[in-house]
Amino acid sequence: MRESFVNAPFAALSADRGGRWFLYLLLGTAVIVPLLNGLPGTESALHLSNYTMNLVGKYMTYAMLAIAVDLIWGYCGILSLGHGAFFALGGYAMGMYLMRQIGTRGVYGDPVLPDFMIFLNWKELPWFWHGFQSFGYAVLMILLVPGTLALVFGFLAFRSRVSGVYLSIITQALTYALMLAFFRNDMGFGGNNGFTDFKDILGFSLQAPGTRALLFVATALGLGSSYLLCRTVVSSRAGRVIEAIRDAESRARFLGYRVESYKLWVFVLSAIIAGVAGALYVPQVGIINPGEFSPANSIEIVIWVAIGGRGTLYGAVVGAFLVNFAKTYFTGALPSFWLYALGALFIGVTLFLPHGVVGAISRRAKRRAPGALHE
Amino acid sequence: MTKIRSCSMPGALILMLALGLPGDLTSAQGVAPVSGDPATNAAADAKPDLRSLLAALPTASFADKRQLIQQLLALGDPHVRAVLQAFLSDSLVVRTRDQHVFLGTISEEHADQLQLTDPLTSATAGTESPDDFTTIGVNNQLRKELRVALAQYDLASPDAGVRLAAVKEMLRALEPRTQQMLRDRLSQERDSAVKREIQVGLALADLDSEQAATRLAAVTELANSLNPDVYNRLSAMVEKSGEGVYGEPDPGVRAAAAKSLRSIEHYRSFYAAIQTLIYGLSQGSVLVLAAIGLAITFGVMGVINMAHGELMMLGAYTTYVVQLLMPDHIAASILVAIPAAFLVSGLVGVAIERGIVRYLYGRPLETLLATFGVSLILQQAVRDIFSANNRPVITPDWLAGTLQINDVLAITYNRLYIIGFTFALFLGLLAVMKRTRLGLEVRAVAQNRGMAKAMGVRTQWVDALTFGLGSGIAGIAGVALSQLTNVGPNLGQSYIVDSFMVVVFGGVGNLWGTEVGGNSLGIVNKVLEPYVGAVLAKIFVLVFLILFIQRRPRGLFPQKGRGTDA
Repeated sequence: MRESFVNAPFAALSADRGGRWFLYLLLGTAVIVPLLNGLPGTESALHLSNYTMNLVGKYMTYAMLAIAVDLIWGYCGILSLGHGAFFALGGYAMGMYLMRQIGTRGVYGDPVLPDFMIFLNWKELPWFWHGFQSFGYAVLMILLVPGTLALVFGFLAFRSRVSGVYLSIITQALTYALMLAFFRNDMGFGGNNGFTDFKDILGFSLQAPGTRALLFVATALGLGSSYLLCRTVVSSRAGRVIEAIRDAESRARFLGYRVESYKLWVFVLSAIIAGVAGALYVPQVGIINPGEFSPANSIEIVIWVAIGGRGTLYGAVVGAFLVNFAKTYFTGALPSFWLYALGALFIGVTLFLPHGVVGAISRRAKRRAPGALHE
Repeated sequence: MTKIRSCSMPGALILMLALGLPGDLTSAQGVAPVSGDPATNAAADAKPDLRSLLAALPTASFADKRQLIQQLLALGDPHVRAVLQAFLSDSLVVRTRDQHVFLGTISEEHADQLQLTDPLTSATAGTESPDDFTTIGVNNQLRKELRVALAQYDLASPDAGVRLAAVKEMLRALEPRTQQMLRDRLSQERDSAVKREIQVGLALADLDSEQAATRLAAVTELANSLNPDVYNRLSAMVEKSGEGVYGEPDPGVRAAAAKSLRSIEHYRSFYAAIQTLIYGLSQGSVLVLAAIGLAITFGVMGVINMAHGELMMLGAYTTYVVQLLMPDHIAASILVAIPAAFLVSGLVGVAIERGIVRYLYGRPLETLLATFGVSLILQQAVRDIFSANNRPVITPDWLAGTLQINDVLAITYNRLYIIGFTFALFLGLLAVMKRTRLGLEVRAVAQNRGMAKAMGVRTQWVDALTFGLGSGIAGIAGVALSQLTNVGPNLGQSYIVDSFMVVVFGGVGNLWGTEVGGNSLGIVNKVLEPYVGAVLAKIFVLVFLILFIQRRPRGLFPQKGRGTDA
């Protein structure tokens, strides 16, 4: 159990076959997708359209979000129905940076104020917008804002031992309240429309193929490192305690572990990962609006994890990709079918696949080779 | 007390007799004697009737028309009011060929035809092309005259409502003549509302008096009037204008005005508080409606039913379908919809319990996800069957309208109905839970499933019925909501967070908690609203709830004697 901080992730991976496969696959995707998008001519059969690359990039940010939810739900038993809020907050922080980058290229051409503020007849930048012209500051905020909210919210909730469905309901209320707040024009976050019409990031145009490819690679990196981070946490000694809390909270407490602190730190970590995912999502999708805070969105995240299989981390990734791919496909091909399908997925997975797709596959593998794998 | 007068119309040279007006009125208006030589009054003793007066109208000058109006008024003929009204609205017309006077309005069937009414009998007189008619003209002075005449006519009406409306109309533009009319009316008026209206109106007029004493009396008189005009006028009197001059020069009157103003403000804030309370109760009742079914399924059974909102939506759509089925009996449709919605939502609820929820007892988070799936399916089903647009649900007449208590307090009936309905529903549910065999079994199963089973309670059956009951109540709530908000596929979603919060706030498993919790949240919301706006008020309430649950995780009224959570 004596591992250095540097090789801890690799030690964790040695016992994690699914995770290794996932990381190889991710590495391949991160290299091949941008290459196929950039190198072959547009008419070539091997060419991947911008749309496809963008879509895969978007799914990867969702996968990060799913990992964040799996970390707290699958390993710590905290079902957050408001994780979309952390994702959206990270997205808004990135959006604020991108809005400041527009500068004089906006419709009204004001060097400092974003268009929507001119439209609302505002004369100066609100205090919380200061600093967002700097990328470093924006990154800091992407980490700090969701992290701080999670810290305060979690501190209050876990200290007073709000758990189970009560916690789920108040996380849902949290994201609902934030949605109502961000819909307000006076909040200074663009109200209903949110932020859009971004021009460039770090001086590179968001429309340029090179920037898109780099964003894609950055997202893959983000996803890979979130996975490694979460894997390291859950295979550490603290990870064992976290699982113990999930399975028998009172017993863990009686054994002398400070349940509240463990829960709090894993919750904050999860919120930060969700925030980074949101920040990577916004430049690729090109828009962020208060709809991201809607409680239904947050519930959908949970279903990605449930479908993939909770408590495995890579299962969350599988679920995020499967559900979102199906969503993209069906909303295009059979629009009214999608909600039936999603609804049936929710019911079917909870009734028939309690361990998700990944769980079902590994169970079958285990049955074929008894004793070969031990969870 | 009548005077015989004559007048000669310069144009048509029609001589006619007029029955004069009551002397006091004549003196008040100060009508000058009409030109004309008494010697030429050939028909001086013939009493003018409606027919002859009307015949004179088309060719009369504006000055003569003024006279004619007074004479018409004096006839006391019941048909006169319609004539004056038509005159005022430019629909008194003359047929060119025979100079007959009619009330002519645009025909409803043929927009290019005039619908004629005989002014003498108020009987319809067919439709004719408007080309053959000319309108009897009025100018602004005549319009004023007509309005006064109509008001005067109505002031004598036996119906207090008509009199009140007439007084209000007259007060809109008070002049010495109408002022006198009102003073006269005041002495014989018996209806207190009309009386009060006249008093306030006259006092308001007295505020313009030159005499400080008159103004002082008026200011004191107005001390407990809630009329918004009074408030504005008194405020103007005590305020300094831009040049530092008070609206009221006399300091004594000013002090009295300030005193009256304080008294009025006292009344106003009292009624404003009542209004906030009722608005809050009605909003709280909506919350209670949304949450009370959940108080059964979630509170008593511990099942997180995310499709609860959609069960309400089904109730609202049931109302819509019932109205489609009985378009001729909209008034009764709501009463039919209540049991229908209970059945529809209740059966869907039983199906959800038997099909899904019963396999997931003891796994609340999974139940939450599965029922969320149900909600998506129900939403999409409604979207496919009824379209994604909102469906129009008609509000029956007996639910519409406003209860005007006084000038500052008016409450729409639907608010009162919703409060009453919710409370009745709550009491009904309470009775079912406390007084019936089903309620007893439900409580037994909730408290100790194994023991209940051992005592012979069919727990599966009770589970299904309880869930059906909670769902059916949601359906009834949907009927009420269909009268308050848009009936669309998203109706349920907008209540789901609120309703869970209400149940948790009130204390899980406690119907009284839900009732009290929902109503207090509604009131808090309405109290905050004027200060911070509706959206921010809602956000504050949500944040308050989040913090409240940290302090008291078991709600306002926690159930006693339950074991710790597993």
